[in-house]
Amino acid sequence: MDLSAINPVLLVASLMVAATPILLAAIGELVVEKAGILNLGVEGMMIIGAICGFAVAVQTDSSTLGFLAAAIGGAVLSLLFVILTQVALANQVASGLALTLFGLGLSALLGQSFVGLKPPPTPELNIPFLSDIPVLGPILFSHDPVLYLGIAIVAGVWAALKFTRAGLILRAVGENHDAAHALGYKVIRIRIMAILFGGACAGLGGAYISLVRVPLWTEGMTAGVGWIALALVVFGSWKPWRVLLGAYLFGGVTVVQLNLQAAGVAIPVEYLAMSPYLITIVVLVILSKDKSSAPASLGRIFHASH
Amino acid sequence: MKLTSLFTSAAMALGLATGVMAEPTKVGFVYVGPVGDGGWTYEHDKGRQAVEAEFGDDVETTFVESVAEGPDAERVMTQMVLEGADLIFTTSFGYMDQTINVAKKFPNVRFEHATGYKTADNVSVYSARFYEGRAIQGMIAGEMTKTNIIGYIGSFPIPEVVRGINSAYIHAKKVNPDVRFKIVWAYTWFDPAKEADAAKVLIEQGADVILQHTDSTAPLAAAAEAGNVIGFGQASDMAEYTDGPRVSSIIDNWGPYYIERTKAVMDGTWETVNTWDGIGAGMVGIGAMTDKIPADVQDAANALKASIASGEYHPFTGPLKKQDGSDWLAEGEVADDGTLAGMNFYVEGIEGDIPN
Repeated sequence: MDLSAINPVLLVASLMVAATPILLAAIGELVVEKAGILNLGVEGMMIIGAICGFAVAVQTDSSTLGFLAAAIGGAVLSLLFVILTQVALANQVASGLALTLFGLGLSALLGQSFVGLKPPPTPELNIPFLSDIPVLGPILFSHDPVLYLGIAIVAGVWAALKFTRAGLILRAVGENHDAAHALGYKVIRIRIMAILFGGACAGLGGAYISLVRVPLWTEGMTAGVGWIALALVVFGSWKPWRVLLGAYLFGGVTVVQLNLQAAGVAIPVEYLAMSPYLITIVVLVILSKDKSSAPASLGRIFHASH
Repeated sequence: MKLTSLFTSAAMALGLATGVMAEPTKVGFVYVGPVGDGGWTYEHDKGRQAVEAEFGDDVETTFVESVAEGPDAERVMTQMVLEGADLIFTTSFGYMDQTINVAKKFPNVRFEHATGYKTADNVSVYSARFYEGRAIQGMIAGEMTKTNIIGYIGSFPIPEVVRGINSAYIHAKKVNPDVRFKIVWAYTWFDPAKEADAAKVLIEQGADVILQHTDSTAPLAAAAEAGNVIGFGQASDMAEYTDGPRVSSIIDNWGPYYIERTKAVMDGTWETVNTWDGIGAGMVGIGAMTDKIPADVQDAANALKASIASGEYHPFTGPLKKQDGSDWLAEGEVADDGTLAGMNFYVEGIEGDIPN
């Protein structure tokens, strides 16, 4: 055993990177579910974001444009979900699953000529003075901008849901769409905007994997992260900061257990490998002992005539 | 059943009467990752394409990619059989029991399971002696490392992977007595993000050579980002990283075997076999070495490759001890295939335990 081989500063810095794709996807899905929609297509929107971001970044040599394209790509794919569930009033679970399958297939097709290419590097912020602070500098102040954007989105969503009128309306739509409709709110329009926001966030999360965390493109590279994001929203009881905590716990324990393995810690590897799932679930379940705040209209189809 | 056989005989009679050409032989492939993984599954799919190119219209191939190891594999295989497959290649260790189960239900369909060890009247197993390539890789790694720490990303603790670790370690140790292996188990064959994380962790902990036994190119991408770290292509050449960290590779070449076995089904000569070929037979290839490897090391590596290919040298030749210090192979003794096939121990000098 050689724990000294683990550099705690690098460890914290890399767990933040590992958590960001899940965080972005989960916070988007939280907004969607708060509006009363269950979109199981997160994985599909993420992988579309991953390839759109990668392709555009490689073509334009700009990771910023890449991330922008990823958000648009994710949102465009979620438009399909909008048509299916908001216009055609199809079942949300089935439509979401279809979105994931479609996204995985389409991304493989789009990505064929991008295998093995290298994306342009995403610059890390280098803030004078702040980035040079020992320990705190590398942990807090020298990441890429998208990582901060993820945290900012969480804060923004939290504030918007809690303090703004728009947030209140969104929650009203998710709790009781008939009442919201009777009050004169455009239920469908609000839900469409929430779904597009969720798609854009998932796309960003996917591009974070293909542009920063790995960085390369291969088929199926999101490898199930979207499903973990979906689970986090539920275990985080639809609360933004708990979702952030869950994402950091999951990303953190994943990186920590790899570190412990490499350092030869005498804990059986099987336990280490399953620890991210176990610890995240246990912590979030304990936290959510208070009444679960699942939106009451979650997954129910709305039509003004009903 | 009766009705089916009636139809079959009617169809056969019709076929005989009109002299219609026989239906194409249907060959199915079950893949554990996507065909675009750039590694393991990519090479199996190249093998499938080789079969198509060889037999043209006489053969019809199908594949299903990203099939989870476990019950789902059984469903996919059954589906293939019901769609008329004559021969099915199941290309991951974790399909072993599923292959045997399905094979029992359909005795007239032939199965070929990669890297496993359970056979039946209609199930053959085949694998490549990747450990021969690992020996060369280990030697290069031992020569090239400056920090004397080599990071190894394992997938699952199965004999195949353990064999690779042992072989690489033995040959790294031979040229560099100070070398240490840091081993991380990813518990996945294909998850680029996790593979990249594992590589980064190993690099942070001082490794400057990354060996991988997972299927994607992500560890090489992580090595490229870190700079001053080298790695090897796994299962496929991964030549797109030639300018960066990739200094050589182990290449699986399944095409000739797939062609041979498909031919056997067509001719009706198919029998259960247990194939385990290496560099000599061409099933394992070593990718071009880049200039990052000094010329003398390249020469030594090529010499090692030649002696393995000719059968003159076996990578597991004594004296070798097991990790616990007990004797395994005496001076000059060569490991038998049975022990290698079920290898579940590290050789002396490797730190850590193999997970159960």
